[in-house]
Amino acid sequence: MQNLSPDPAVRITYRDAVREALRDALRGNPLVFLMGEDVGCYGGSYAVSKGLLEEFGPERIRDTPLSESAFVGAGIGAALGGLRPIVEVMTVNFSLLALDQIMNNAATLSHMSGGQLSVPVVIRLATGAGRQLGAQHSHSLEGWYAHIPGLRIAVPATIDDARLMLAAALASPDPVLLFEHLYLYNMEGELTPGLASVDLDHAAIRRPGTDVTLVSYGWSLYKALTAAEALSKEGIEAEVLDLRILRPLDEATIIASVRKTRRAVIVDEGWRSGSLAAEVTTRIVEQAFYELDAPVARVCTAEVPVPYAKHLEDAALPSPARIVAAVHSLIGAGRSD
Amino acid sequence: MSTAAEASVSREHGLELLRAMLRIRSFEDRCYRLYGEMKIRGFLHLYNGEEAVAAGAMQVLEPADAIVSTYREHGHAIARGISMNKVMAELYGKQTGCSRGRGGSMHLFDASKRFYGGNAIVAGGLPVAVGLALAEKLQHRRAVAACFFGEGAVAEGEFHESLNLASLWRLPVLFLCENNLYAMGTALDRAQAETDITTKARAYRMEATAVDGMDVFAVEAAVRGAVEKIRNGGGPALLEMRTYRFRAHSMFDPQLYRDKAEIEAWQKKGPIITLTSRLKSLGLMTEEDYQRLEREARAEVDAAVEFAESSPWEPTSDLERFVYAESVA
Repeated sequence: MQNLSPDPAVRITYRDAVREALRDALRGNPLVFLMGEDVGCYGGSYAVSKGLLEEFGPERIRDTPLSESAFVGAGIGAALGGLRPIVEVMTVNFSLLALDQIMNNAATLSHMSGGQLSVPVVIRLATGAGRQLGAQHSHSLEGWYAHIPGLRIAVPATIDDARLMLAAALASPDPVLLFEHLYLYNMEGELTPGLASVDLDHAAIRRPGTDVTLVSYGWSLYKALTAAEALSKEGIEAEVLDLRILRPLDEATIIASVRKTRRAVIVDEGWRSGSLAAEVTTRIVEQAFYELDAPVARVCTAEVPVPYAKHLEDAALPSPARIVAAVHSLIGAGRSD
Repeated sequence: MSTAAEASVSREHGLELLRAMLRIRSFEDRCYRLYGEMKIRGFLHLYNGEEAVAAGAMQVLEPADAIVSTYREHGHAIARGISMNKVMAELYGKQTGCSRGRGGSMHLFDASKRFYGGNAIVAGGLPVAVGLALAEKLQHRRAVAACFFGEGAVAEGEFHESLNLASLWRLPVLFLCENNLYAMGTALDRAQAETDITTKARAYRMEATAVDGMDVFAVEAAVRGAVEKIRNGGGPALLEMRTYRFRAHSMFDPQLYRDKAEIEAWQKKGPIITLTSRLKSLGLMTEEDYQRLEREARAEVDAAVEFAESSPWEPTSDLERFVYAESVA
């Protein structure tokens, strides 16, 4: 972090923050390398790795063929062989072509070998909707991956996490999947001065409140924050919780917040059925049922493959208006206490 | 190839190869019985008939080389030097097993031997081997990643992706295809338009050779030649080991898909009987030698069974260990 200016006025995009994180990792450890489709000559399909090929050369910035299974598996093998690979999968939908490697190898080798092996591979995936890319480039499957024991699922939503989560992931001896929401790449923000590292263990309260907890992650965090602003004008103070890590879930932070606010709305860009939102809801019900003043509510993506047309896509996704409506359903628009 | 190899074969080396194969055969025969006794459960895939491939290849591969294998891997594990005790204990599901009872027959591991499993997803090990080879190359080491897989794997996309990537990046991978002609019950010519596997490899600009996988000398010589080239930066190679499994695919297979006559014909070409008669006819071995090797192998298996029987179970309180790496104990 020393090479990063401590100037509190430093503004940076999410994309540049990820790139700086990659650059740090590559500079700091000769065992780190990046591979994936179009990470080199093209500069990354979302321009994240632009310039890295020139700086680090083709041995460490490796363009791969369109062979997700082979290059993700090669990342796993390279990790077993002592390297610290960062594998970029262009879009989470494409990761399904590598699901065998992620599920059957990365997630299982440690346990299946009785703890002899560990797989310190970092897989970066673009996820989410909002850019009218249609049903095969817009899904949010991180909740699926969070189902799998052996994986760590991290979702950087803030500029700080975009800048610092990669280092934490590389320091982990376990396979870590980092989900970068494609809508966030252009987002600009300030780095917290002096912040040198983040953990892969804890959820974070991004806005304190007393009346309802909005549990979110990724792009949904910003929808929750927008909703919280609107609610605040009505006198409803929402606490906004950023999960950050979907596996293992930081139950303690979730439950502590809900115990305080006594109400929860889960905002999840995944589909509702069998979702991460369902898991978070269940844990709240299991552990804080008697402290709830209202049923837990969920705002998820409509149960359709994400459509292309903007008005349809918008209608499918969680929105601040839907979050506000969900909160109203719990508290009532005419709340007076 | 065999004739040339025979010319220089010594008694010592011949007996060593025979011993390696007899150890595997003895182990597998015992496993067959133990399965009937319900000591071993789950899926069990025996290696009878294919011993020459493991025995010949492991003669050449060095401790620094990385091995990736399939679910029919008892032979590879034992020939690699994982103790029979640890392998048998694993089949029993015991704590002393080479995967602490979490793997079973299809998932044998030994990090100290660079033995990376034991992969039960057909072709699932190939990308991992490519990555292990990439790690060798990027760290400027000279080890080879040797990847065993059956001919059924060539139907999977991962086979093609992996061969291409290994060749494109000129990685030190030795692809060892054990072609035993049947993917479970599906004959190669019922599954592949092109049944010559070396042709497929050559399409990826990779050197590929078909080898008599029943002839341990031929296997050893082919692996030696391939590994030497790979180690010297020649890029990956594929060897198609033409072999045959004498037993069923697994313990649940009534073998409706092949004739007894076919099995008998291959048994006559079996790697152990052919090596035995060859060594005898060359005057390098006596019947007493053979009997002694077989006795020793059986005794080793007996000891392994005893070890497995008397080993403790992993406590269920440790069930959730190793899902994530544990900090150094």
